[in-house]
Amino acid sequence: MTILVLAEHQDTLLDEATAKVVSAAGRMGGEIHVLVAGSGCRAAAEAAARLTGVAKVLLADEPSLSNRLAEPVAALVVSRAGSYGAVLAPSTTNGKNIMPRVAALLDVMQVSDVIAIDGPDLFQRPIYAGNVIQTVRSVDAKTVLTIRASAFPAAPVAAAAAPIEAVAMPDNPGVSTFIGSALSRSERPELAGARIVVSGGRALASAENFDTVLAPLADTLGAAIGASRAAVDAGYVSNDLQVGQTGKIIAPDLYIACGISGAIQHLAGMKDSRVIVAINKDPDAPIFQVADYGLVADLFEAVPELHTAVAAKAGA
Amino acid sequence: MKIVVAVKRVADPNVKVRALADSSGVDLANVKMTMNPFDEIAVEEAVRLKEAGRADEVVVVSIGSEKSAETLRTALAMGADRGILIRTEAVVEPLAVAKLLKAVAEAERPDIIITGKQAIDDDANQTGQMLSALLGWGQGTFASKLVVGDKAIEVTREIDGGLQTVSLQLPALVTADLRLNEPRYASLPNIMKAKKKPIDERTPADYGASIEPRLIVVRVHEPANRKAGIKVGSVGELVERLHREAGVL
Ligand SMILES: Cc1cc2nc3c(=O)[nH]c(=O)nc-3n(C[C@H](O)[C@H](O)[C@H](O)COP(=O)(O)OP(=O)(O)OC[C@H]3O[C@@H](n4cnc5c(N)ncnc54)[C@H](O)[C@@H]3O)c2cc1C
Repeated sequence: MTILVLAEHQDTLLDEATAKVVSAAGRMGGEIHVLVAGSGCRAAAEAAARLTGVAKVLLADEPSLSNRLAEPVAALVVSRAGSYGAVLAPSTTNGKNIMPRVAALLDVMQVSDVIAIDGPDLFQRPIYAGNVIQTVRSVDAKTVLTIRASAFPAAPVAAAAAPIEAVAMPDNPGVSTFIGSALSRSERPELAGARIVVSGGRALASAENFDTVLAPLADTLGAAIGASRAAVDAGYVSNDLQVGQTGKIIAPDLYIACGISGAIQHLAGMKDSRVIVAINKDPDAPIFQVADYGLVADLFEAVPELHTAVAAKAGA
Repeated sequence: MKIVVAVKRVADPNVKVRALADSSGVDLANVKMTMNPFDEIAVEEAVRLKEAGRADEVVVVSIGSEKSAETLRTALAMGADRGILIRTEAVVEPLAVAKLLKAVAEAERPDIIITGKQAIDDDANQTGQMLSALLGWGQGTFASKLVVGDKAIEVTREIDGGLQTVSLQLPALVTADLRLNEPRYASLPNIMKAKKKPIDERTPADYGASIEPRLIVVRVHEPANRKAGIKVGSVGELVERLHREAGVL
């Protein structure tokens, strides 16, 4: 079986999620090709060609692919899918947007958010916010999967690069146009791949407190900032920082939850972190049931104190 | 302008659902059921478009057992005009749901279809995208804002990097994210009124679409529970343990 991986990238940069999906594809057994679809994206294709396990990179470099709109990208993937037994993408918002469209056009029932691959047609995936894991066997002729990147290691960089082959864009369905985007800019690591995440909840009470209380700790730790839905809904931080069932699902080495109660939907996004720290003034907060280290305290005192202690350690 | 909204009956989001002891499925006996929260947002948006004079009719569709009629009644009480219940006891996968909804769309000819971005039971996040693919329409997924024009709709989408706005030629499909709106609670008079609104009952066979599952559920189990750790007495102790015990600092 030959497997096609749809790359997640920013044209000039390949996202780590792609390397993780390549390693997931490796567990299915078969030759792996990566499709890089974008505009001015040769650099991302070159990076994909250097991932261990990749036999070939298909490069679709077209202005119409510049914003990864689902309709043209799905048309492209479907036009190439004929010779592949499986098509995979990470469960990023791009993957979630594009792949069900691909699956429907191929008359395939997609398996979403795969966390383990037990065979070429046997997959585990979380349901009910990760409270239950379902193992499913696909009986479709092809499989279409989105992969939870945080559940797989990244494919390492190989010594030799795979060949890159240019592919043409089929007709753009032309039903959608890009109007604009408002992307968050941050010097901090990406939430999805960060080693440490400092996360804030409703208790932070304002955007200013995220900046003045949480950010210094995050920056001293070299951490990404995350948030609960309540903090995002209240406008303290932007939507792309939401951790949870319906936000980002992450598994950093260290997750520090500050003033977050630990609702099922929040836990769904972070309970696979290696070490969890919870700072909450309510000793009965559910977050303590998953925390390795719990500190019952007012975060407005504990977080600055933690910042000072970490900074002192870094300086020592 | 006509809007069709698809709604699903699911376990209440506050319930911690468990696997059955024989690993064959999840235990939904005596579990409180409700409308999928994302679908409530979808209904609310459609009703607001009607109240704003942009839409004339809001039709809600649900696929499921006769109990899904309750879910449709909730949507009717929120302000939808009529319902379609496609009755089946079978598990209907997103692809099959999309095929049934396509048949509904061909009969109803809506200008906009709104679905929730995912159902909080199977967490698949597929139905809207599949439906728009089958119809050949444009899709505005994970929507946090809609601006409806005569020939096109502008959808602001929540994406990994922030927000993206796309314009879709009508007819188009939208999937609702959490921040699109805050759904209303139906008032008592509206709940009473909803009882008189029509619900048309159908079966999958009426639409000629196969709902045969493509994924065979082999096993359903609960993940290993994370054990609660320890409470530390001070920030100093926390830092010390993160450094020496956990090795993360
Ligand atoms: C369909 C659906 C999807 C959802 N998706 C998500 C999701 O993806 N992500 C998500 O996070 N949520 C999600 N939610 C919401 C979720 O159910 C919770 O409402 C939300 O996570 C609560 O956020 P919070 O913990 O910040 O707020 P709260 O639950 O209000 O908790 C605040 C906590 O702060 C503590 N606190 C207050 N003051 C202080 C202080 N000074 N110092 C220390 N502690 C303090 C309190 O004790 C409390 O535990 C979803 C809900 C639904 C219905």
